[in-house]
Amino acid sequence: MGDANVLARVLDWMPFVLTGFGLNVLMSLLAIAIGTAVGTFLGLGQLSQPLIIAVPSRLATQLFRNAPWLVLLFYCIFLMPYQVGIGGSVIVLPSWLRATIGFSFPVAANFSEIVRGAVNSVPRGQWEAAEALGYGRQSTLFRIILPQCVTRMIPPWMNLYALLLTATPLSVIVGVEEALGRTQAAVQALSDSRMLIPMYLALLAMFFIYAWPINRLSLMLERRFRTK
Amino acid sequence: MIADIQTFFRHLADSGINLTIFYDAFDFERFITGLGNTLLLILLCSFFSIVIGAIGAAVLTLSKGLGAAVVRGYVALFRNTPLLVQMYFFYFAIGSIMPVTKNDIGLPVPLLGSFSWAVISLSLYSGAFNVETFRSGVGAVHQSYEEAALALGYSRMQAFVSVTVPLALRFSFASLANNLVDLTKATTVAYAVGVAELLYVSNQIWSDSLNTIEMMNVMLLIYLVLTGAVVFIINRIETAMRLPGFGLGGV
Repeated sequence: MGDANVLARVLDWMPFVLTGFGLNVLMSLLAIAIGTAVGTFLGLGQLSQPLIIAVPSRLATQLFRNAPWLVLLFYCIFLMPYQVGIGGSVIVLPSWLRATIGFSFPVAANFSEIVRGAVNSVPRGQWEAAEALGYGRQSTLFRIILPQCVTRMIPPWMNLYALLLTATPLSVIVGVEEALGRTQAAVQALSDSRMLIPMYLALLAMFFIYAWPINRLSLMLERRFRTK
Repeated sequence: MIADIQTFFRHLADSGINLTIFYDAFDFERFITGLGNTLLLILLCSFFSIVIGAIGAAVLTLSKGLGAAVVRGYVALFRNTPLLVQMYFFYFAIGSIMPVTKNDIGLPVPLLGSFSWAVISLSLYSGAFNVETFRSGVGAVHQSYEEAALALGYSRMQAFVSVTVPLALRFSFASLANNLVDLTKATTVAYAVGVAELLYVSNQIWSDSLNTIEMMNVMLLIYLVLTGAVVFIINRIETAMRLPGFGLGGV
């Protein structure tokens, strides 16, 4: 069996694996959306002055940031209901959706830290200048500080997204049929040990081609914002 | 004393919180084995990943040609692909072409077991992050230190080893602590290739004893303690190595 034959057999299975990769992308997009929304609130919560908001926000951030992704995934898979009833209609939660929610927790916690870090990186003088102009704490935060933070938050946010995408194959452990699961199925169907390395290399390449440009772009943006 | 503890947890089990690991000898033994394997993974992979990171950063700093390109390729490759896929690639794909020996009763024994592959895979993954950490640590050391060493007659290599590296190490601690926390969390991925670490044995225990929620909470608590311990140890080393009047927040 020649090299061309190996390549042809890998290409035969690519549509099957790529469909699974679509699920990885979908899970990562949903999880980054949920995580960013929740993380914004958590991050602002960490910065708020009333302790009743600040302390729980800090605790939640530290908890979900330091727990392994896989452990949080197990929590969501085992402890979330298989279906939820809303006003008489029953919505079934497939395992990929529960896994997505599982990924959202660490993403939210990491984004919370990004928000906190970005706000704290704005020089104190900005706060003092706003105070001198008669701005209150809230309007200073929303009209002066946060607009400056957005550009600082984009590069770490992109890194977080790439990290999230490379974490999505973990869902195969809890039974989601994504790219890695489909590669395993394809390898079994091929039942040829010589196909193992090419098939896994193709999968690695798939993730690399998607994640590498994101990390490069993030690095470029970071450099551009720093020089300003 | 031990009997008292066991009795207490038996009563607790009757009231709904079933922590078999504290009164059942078999579950306790499995749990300790898992915890031991997790600790061993953390220690071995921390060591190897720091070695890989140091070598990679040294190559990036000292050479500009092929060596640097190889290191950059390695870092890009391992940082932009999933750890789980890397581990499967090593364990299933590379493992399939490794030589197999036979044991006493003639059963095939692979040259490297799942634990070894997990150590290799985790070390390479975490090492890629450490290369970046140490390289930016070197970048943070001001050029004048190296120039001063060269003026005193050090060779470039000597200046790197005895002046730049000791200073760079002190700049790297915060980021290194971060990487080692990530490594601690990543050891759970070894579950997927069947290494009997904490997550794996916890899964076995809750499958047998049907105490999923209790075991998950215990496991989560242990991981939080472990990541806390990693941060604590790095901070202690950082404090012990602090140079007066040098670096951020130095006293």
